[in-house]
Amino acid sequence: MQNSGPDDISSTEEQEKWLADALALVQHHAFYMHRALDSCNLRDALKYSAQMLGELRTSKLSPQKYYELYMKTFDELRMLEVFFKEETKRGCTTAHLYELVQHAGNILPRLYLLCTVGSVYIKSKDAPAKEVLKDLVEMCRGIQNPIRGLFLRSYLSQISKDKLPDAASEFEGEGGTVVDAVEFVLQNFTEMNKLWVRMQHQFSGLQGPAREKEKREKERSELRDLVGKNLHLLSQLEGVDLDLYRDMVLPRVLEQVVNCKDELAQYYLMDCIIQVFPDEYHLQTLDTLLGACPQLQPTVDVKTILSQLMERLSNYAASTPQVLADFLQVEAFSKLSEAVVKVIEVQPDMPLVGAVSLHVALLTFTLRVHVDRLDYVDQVLGACVKKLEGVGKVKDNKATKQIIALLTAPLEKYNNIVTVLSLTNYPKVMEHLDYGTNKVMAVVIIQNIMKNGTFIMEADKVEALCELLKEIIQDSDGSPALDELDEEDFMEEQNLVARLVQMLTNDDNSEMFKILQTVRKYFLKGGPKRLGYTLPSLVFSALKLVRLLQQQDESSGEDGVTFPQKVFQFLLQTVEALSVVPAPELALRLYLQCAEAANNCDLEPIAYEFFTQAFVLYEEEIADSKAQVTAIHLIIGTLQRMHVFGVENRDTLTHKATGYSAKLLKKPDQCRAVYACSHLFWVVDGRVQDGERVLLCLKRALRIANAAQQMASVTKGSGGTLTLFVEILNKYLYYFEHGNQHITNSVIQGLIELIVTEMQSDNTTQDPMVDSFFASTLRYIRFQKQKGDGVAERYASIEL
Amino acid sequence: MVLVLALGDLHIPHRAPDLPTKFKSMLVPGKIQHIVSPGNLCIKEVHDYLKSLCADVHVAKGEYDEDSRYPETKVLTIGSFKLGICHGHQVIPWGDLDSLAMLQRQLDVDILITGHTHQFKAYKHEGGVIINPGSGTGAYSSITYNVNPSFVLMDIDGLRVVVYVYELIGGEVKVDKIDFKKAQPVG
Repeated sequence: MQNSGPDDISSTEEQEKWLADALALVQHHAFYMHRALDSCNLRDALKYSAQMLGELRTSKLSPQKYYELYMKTFDELRMLEVFFKEETKRGCTTAHLYELVQHAGNILPRLYLLCTVGSVYIKSKDAPAKEVLKDLVEMCRGIQNPIRGLFLRSYLSQISKDKLPDAASEFEGEGGTVVDAVEFVLQNFTEMNKLWVRMQHQFSGLQGPAREKEKREKERSELRDLVGKNLHLLSQLEGVDLDLYRDMVLPRVLEQVVNCKDELAQYYLMDCIIQVFPDEYHLQTLDTLLGACPQLQPTVDVKTILSQLMERLSNYAASTPQVLADFLQVEAFSKLSEAVVKVIEVQPDMPLVGAVSLHVALLTFTLRVHVDRLDYVDQVLGACVKKLEGVGKVKDNKATKQIIALLTAPLEKYNNIVTVLSLTNYPKVMEHLDYGTNKVMAVVIIQNIMKNGTFIMEADKVEALCELLKEIIQDSDGSPALDELDEEDFMEEQNLVARLVQMLTNDDNSEMFKILQTVRKYFLKGGPKRLGYTLPSLVFSALKLVRLLQQQDESSGEDGVTFPQKVFQFLLQTVEALSVVPAPELALRLYLQCAEAANNCDLEPIAYEFFTQAFVLYEEEIADSKAQVTAIHLIIGTLQRMHVFGVENRDTLTHKATGYSAKLLKKPDQCRAVYACSHLFWVVDGRVQDGERVLLCLKRALRIANAAQQMASVTKGSGGTLTLFVEILNKYLYYFEHGNQHITNSVIQGLIELIVTEMQSDNTTQDPMVDSFFASTLRYIRFQKQKGDGVAERYASIEL
Repeated sequence: MVLVLALGDLHIPHRAPDLPTKFKSMLVPGKIQHIVSPGNLCIKEVHDYLKSLCADVHVAKGEYDEDSRYPETKVLTIGSFKLGICHGHQVIPWGDLDSLAMLQRQLDVDILITGHTHQFKAYKHEGGVIINPGSGTGAYSSITYNVNPSFVLMDIDGLRVVVYVYELIGGEVKVDKIDFKKAQPVG
């Protein structure tokens, strides 16, 4: 029969031509067949229909083209079937017709005709459906050519699907039972699958180029639905209940799937089974279904099959919560876990990405079905860790993506890092990520914490978290040199770590202190580049703790005396650690913050120590003149607020501050710092009010202003420095109002006149800024003069 | 009508993780015409965030700001008002009204925005206003205890400015309003 090999399946144009020729002939024979039908000539009808069907004997056409030809003849056969039906009404028995068509000379047309009559025969119920079906399915064995056989059986399946003795169908009873129906479909399915698989073996002997073979496999794949339809048919049978499915349908189908040993068929059919039969059946037959997986060919993509099964099952559980009990009863989780292990075991060539993605699928299932079973979740991660054992850092990109999926799933499900931290295998999985990816994951984790506002309140959890994030908070063996990293990325990461510190907190003070110590332990290993970002957060966390201790002071019991001191010690060491960065400006600010906190706790020696450290940094480390200006203002501003110091300590520090103020590089900066120092001798709440030293300060500022002006007049004109005089005037007014007896109206009067003279001097360049400053100062004096209180009385003596 | 947001002393990431969610959902892009900040945003990410709300952002340098390009003081004119911005750590004693008033005279501004104390304040003073919007994150302060997150929104309309203060107290946003009218310039 095979007069032309499949090698002849050639170019598209040739295919088109052969198809056109065949279709024309079908058309031609069909024309005569129609004429015979119209004239009720049974013999001619059979003759021409047999000739028409003869065209299906071709071996030239590709499966796709053969399908077109088949469809055309299929339509014609429908008319023939109607004719047969009418023949029986005209007195011809179906049994006779059944005999008659067997005279067709050629086997393929004969079998098509037989099936067509068979359809009428069953419908007439002259013979039991099961008998006719059995006969037909047996006889179809006569065609062993894969394509011809497949389409013939497909025809059989098509015409019989509404005539099966299914439960509650009209053909049940004498026609047979659902078991007969299932038997028929199974048999047809088995044969069709064999033919389909054979299509490939038929070609395998040929040493065609690989591309040709690939093309054929693709063509073969296009016919898969012909085979799959049988499974669909089985799933549609009313009579196939769980028992029948479990005892007959599934074992028989799987038997064929396993035995055919064909990669394409096995993957397709397993997928088909999972898609067409109900989830409930899958759940109740997990053992059988999963048992088949390790028996499949080693090249079959079992992980996708299993993943799909797990996805279906988890959807099922999600949409029908009452079935959860069934999941537990059949031990779905442990069965799926075992299947995953087994499949990986029997497929040693499975790439790492496959193994990991299987675990991702299992984890997804677990998180959806058993969200409260953290032990299950951990078990899945553990199984994956086992698989990753000895792999080290995963290099494969795709596998890395799957590991990220594995780590992200619980994070996004629970949205609570504390829950995730209880999974002991979680960090072990994360360890397998390469340096860069590990950091990305760490960022994802921190962002998750920030987004959900998750507070981590126990020191041991904080420890676990630091351990988990260690690639980002410290250097490790595998990490590249810091200067190879992208500066901006690095900054953003470290700022994120700094933000994270705010989430590590506990109302219980001693637990909080433990948390701080734990975090510092990790941060200190971060190296100079990180400390500048991470330590300030820690310092402020500790300062917040101090504030709490201070507010709870009365009730803090025996620990009350020493606990704040311990925290201050911690603070001192932490700020000191910044010296390796080095970050003197930052450290100075932090020392001053600590000093003020110690002040508020009435701890004079500690406050003094912090101030000393700040001064040491100022003297030794801060050289930039601009940085000095800011630093000295911060020192003065803080010192002005300190009330804890006794006279001696206060004098020492004040003396230092004024001294450094007068030593700033630029005269205007000197002047401003010195007049700011006047406030160190005049604190409004009355603790310190030394009017004489205030005046000394202001006079000193005035001298510096004078010097500045003289310098400026030599170089660039004195307009810019005149503002200093107006500023000092304002300071005079401040103390004048606050009742400093040393600031008299004549002093103020003198300064105003000095400024007016200077402004009118030819040497002075006009400066609108100074003009408006002076103008608004004078306006202020007028404003005060008009006030109806004691202030106005004092101001009365000043003349403008 | 012009809306000006005054927001400062966020101290992210050192003292606070982020702006409160309630504030973030109120501060949507496209509503505000100008942002004036007395500084201590600290990091670039926060400045970028402000930029995402409004293109016109003015920041004076706080002592923790890493961006060294911020000026110590800044003066700008919005409508008929002259605004001055300064963080305030330079003005000693810190938060002292009389001393801030001197700065206001020096900059010759109608509205002075300062920060540093983390305590919301708004004074009418000699025909001008001095505003401290407080800390937008309620950041720890050595000066002020139990800081509530706050910011200020100024609605400038002709010679009138309405100052709205938003304060987060116990999870609820409280709004207060202060009206200020500039004297007609003496013609």
